[in-house]
Amino acid sequence: MSKRKELKLQKQKQIMEENGIIYLDNVTKAYSKGSPAINGITLNIYRGEFVFIVGDSGSGKSTLIRLLLRELTATSGSVYVMGQDLAQIKHRKIPTFRRNLGVVFQDFRLLNDRNVYENVAFAQRVVETPNREIRHNVPAVLATVGLAGKYKAKTTQLSGGEQQRVALARALVNNPSILLADEPTGNLDPHNSWEIMSLLEEINQRGTTVVVVTHNREIVNTMKKRVIAMKKGVIVSDMEEGIYDDNEED
Amino acid sequence: MIMKKINTFFYTLLQGILNIFRNKWFSLASVATISACLFLLGVFFAVVANAQHIVKTIQEEICLTVFFTEGTSTERMAEVQGIIDARPEVLRTQFHGADEEWEWFRENHLHADADDFWENPLEGMDNISVYMKDISQQPALVTFIQSIPDVDHLNYSPSLANTFSGVNGLISYVFVAIIVILLVVSIFLISNTVTIGISVRKEEINIMKYIGAKDFFVRAPFVLEGVLIGLVGAAIPLVIIYNGYNSLLKYVVDRFAMLSSLLDFLSVEEIFRFLTPVSLLVGVGIGFFGSMSTVKKHLDV
Repeated sequence: MSKRKELKLQKQKQIMEENGIIYLDNVTKAYSKGSPAINGITLNIYRGEFVFIVGDSGSGKSTLIRLLLRELTATSGSVYVMGQDLAQIKHRKIPTFRRNLGVVFQDFRLLNDRNVYENVAFAQRVVETPNREIRHNVPAVLATVGLAGKYKAKTTQLSGGEQQRVALARALVNNPSILLADEPTGNLDPHNSWEIMSLLEEINQRGTTVVVVTHNREIVNTMKKRVIAMKKGVIVSDMEEGIYDDNEED
Repeated sequence: MIMKKINTFFYTLLQGILNIFRNKWFSLASVATISACLFLLGVFFAVVANAQHIVKTIQEEICLTVFFTEGTSTERMAEVQGIIDARPEVLRTQFHGADEEWEWFRENHLHADADDFWENPLEGMDNISVYMKDISQQPALVTFIQSIPDVDHLNYSPSLANTFSGVNGLISYVFVAIIVILLVVSIFLISNTVTIGISVRKEEINIMKYIGAKDFFVRAPFVLEGVLIGLVGAAIPLVIIYNGYNSLLKYVVDRFAMLSSLLDFLSVEEIFRFLTPVSLLVGVGIGFFGSMSTVKKHLDV
């Protein structure tokens, strides 16, 4: 490894240890029209944390997730994920960066023309995992999310809860350091919502940092995790073992 | 590392092929569009190439005749024939000696009356027929031949030459214009079909990008799919035109023997020497660049 690369990694490690695995330093994101979607946010999320991000529509939650995915870049301020300044990542290096993150969406975003196994295996093929390892890893992760018996099923034949579990398995199969879940229970009934949340908690207990954007008051209030509430692009509260407060949303 | 690359290569290859079947309606629509466009292009090319060929064949039969001043020796006439033959626009020349011509005429036309003629009425009418490759160059050749010493005069038809070079020029212009229009329409239609087909799968591309797929990994199966569709789309009209043209040629020769003896049609091989590479290039090229540029639009996630 070159001296320069070594120094860069050292610096990244230092930023991560001092400021967290996710670190936003006075970040503003403005679109062309209207007031900024995110306005001067500073935020530290440390390795192994389980964090809820709550807030009403237009509060800036989705923009935050898109910034963390490097789908957007900040208008001002810096976004660091795993110590890397995302503004400094070149376009061709974005895929490599994203491989550190697992992502789950409200609408599952599965490849509906492929079966359960292929959807999960796809994430491994993308990172050029040898077939032998794929054949071992995919059944293992499907077993974790309780879908070992349905690996051959088409995703369209599954219930919403099962589809979200496939998405979760796909997000986890590459052992990401961070799992970002954008409204993961938004399309699910209470029973399936709780099953997904239990899985997320289990994943967090294994050491993965989990960030969940949600509207689900009951889940947030029951789970007693760190809760960051956003309103009109700013953080209005950040509490350990917090709750989703009605007053904050209004 | 190499093993990983080989795995990825075969995976993208397989995905490209599977994509065609996964999106069978889009694939069918694309193949049909490419086939229809290239079929029209092929048929039009076959018709125009034949028309051009026929006009060219006819104009090669039009000649100008060179006459010599009285007393020119046979050696000098042969020398002049050599000079004319050396010109690049000349296809071939033929010498007609007065004595041989008269002999031929007596035997073939006068028969029993031949004995009434004691003298050769064609005396001093030795001449050379000059056939040209391209009749549009006739004026320049006429000027050149007229400047050769011992050449008395030339018989030729400037209006015939003008008409033929005009027709030939018109066919060439129309041919080029229609081919260009057909190509542009084909490219537009085909790339539009490819664009729509891929845009429908924008979500799939987004998912791949969120998971961390590099641009190559996302693009390769789509491009391969585009190329395969282009290849099949180009091959279908080629097969149809090949068989159709052969059958039509056979039909014309069998049914209209008179017509086929007058007109010289191009063989299917001559048509396909141009049509095969052009069709394949257009089909594969559009499949390649169409899918490449469309995927590129959606890669910026």
